[in-house]
Amino acid sequence: MINKRVADADEAIRDIIDGQTIMLGGFGLCGIPEKCIAALVKKGVKELTCISNNAGVDDFGIGLLLKTRQVKKMVSSYVGENAEFERQLLSGELEVELIPQGTLATRCMAAGYGMPVIYTPAGVGTEVAEGKEVRNFNGKDYLMEYAFDADFAIVKAWKGDTAGNLVFRSTSRNFNPVMAMAGKITIAEVEELVEPGELDPDHIHTPGVYVHRIFQGSDYEKRIEQRTVRPRN
Amino acid sequence: MLDKNGIARRIAKEIKDGYYVNLGIGIPTLVANYIPDGVNVVLQSENGLLGMGPFPFEGEEDPDMINAGKQTITTLPGSSIFDSAMSFGMIRSQKIDLTILGAMEVSENGDIANWKIPGKMVKGMGGAMDLVASAKNIIVAMQHINKAGESKLLPKCSLPLTGVNCIRKVVTELAVLDILPEGGFRLIERAPGVSVDFIKQSTSGKLFAEADVKEMDLN
Repeated sequence: MINKRVADADEAIRDIIDGQTIMLGGFGLCGIPEKCIAALVKKGVKELTCISNNAGVDDFGIGLLLKTRQVKKMVSSYVGENAEFERQLLSGELEVELIPQGTLATRCMAAGYGMPVIYTPAGVGTEVAEGKEVRNFNGKDYLMEYAFDADFAIVKAWKGDTAGNLVFRSTSRNFNPVMAMAGKITIAEVEELVEPGELDPDHIHTPGVYVHRIFQGSDYEKRIEQRTVRPRN
Repeated sequence: MLDKNGIARRIAKEIKDGYYVNLGIGIPTLVANYIPDGVNVVLQSENGLLGMGPFPFEGEEDPDMINAGKQTITTLPGSSIFDSAMSFGMIRSQKIDLTILGAMEVSENGDIANWKIPGKMVKGMGGAMDLVASAKNIIVAMQHINKAGESKLLPKCSLPLTGVNCIRKVVTELAVLDILPEGGFRLIERAPGVSVDFIKQSTSGKLFAEADVKEMDLN
């Protein structure tokens, strides 16, 4: 088996340079690559275009990269939870491109499936459609949207093996599998890294062919954005 | 006139046994509290879950298990989890029977605006544009009039659109209305104590109403 293991987040992101486009998995703060985000902050790489469903909160997730002004542009579907984001956007320091969530996910999928474009009805007749080709199939209009082209994809999985196979847990799966498929170089951080053979091939969510580097992180914070509970009766 | 829970209670009556349902944030989330006993529905959360259960008991929150509102939730027997592309795949291919979402404005031809107010911080459309463009059956839960008494059911939306010609049913604090394929709102039911005249006054889009319109049954 090809061994894709790297020592840590610093080694995994070693060759990400200023101005590159990176995808980061996660939905809100759920399933985000915490360790690689910390390593990117430490490395200080700048002018990044970040493709991620959300932009984190002020002191966690992609919010950490915003605070240090390392992000030039965010490509997201929803960015509502971050005051520093809002400040940088209103002051013109940060560009943002808002994309319907399903379009975002499917543009990742298209990249991983080797398809240059998708056609989706999302955004037809709205400002999202401006400048885009519209085609009618079976009486309904669809927008043509391009597959993403990202230098790196950084994802978080629950378990992985050194061959790069990944297994996700609960709704922390979200964008991670489709982004894993979409990066020119894909980095996976996992909570538990095992040897080949320890994961059941029938239970792999992302085949190792899509993953180029993998390492085990430790002490995951996994911050909860909205803690909602019900009383015990 | 209905409060938010009243709107949710009325919408819940539209849910049929065997439905897969996507509930948006706000009033739509409350609908889950009023699904009648014996009606089996599967709730979809577009971050990648079918079979959303209730909030966890205190101390059992799992940071890996959230809904599209980023709230901690649970699964139910028969739940399934998938990635974001598949989640919107099942929305786009109309496997989800009913979508319930909020709106700031709806027009008489079924356009909806619910994601952006010019001059205010734009947070994004999330999954709303995908949902309204694809769902076969959408119910909008919204305020009929704003605090100044101005109608939100309009001839044409004034805010940037989320989707065009896609809404067929609206439930407000005043009424249940259908949007006709040829255009115009049709008054179906009025909220308890609300007159047809008041609904007419409160609807700036084209409204078709009989003289006698039945009152909602909320039980």
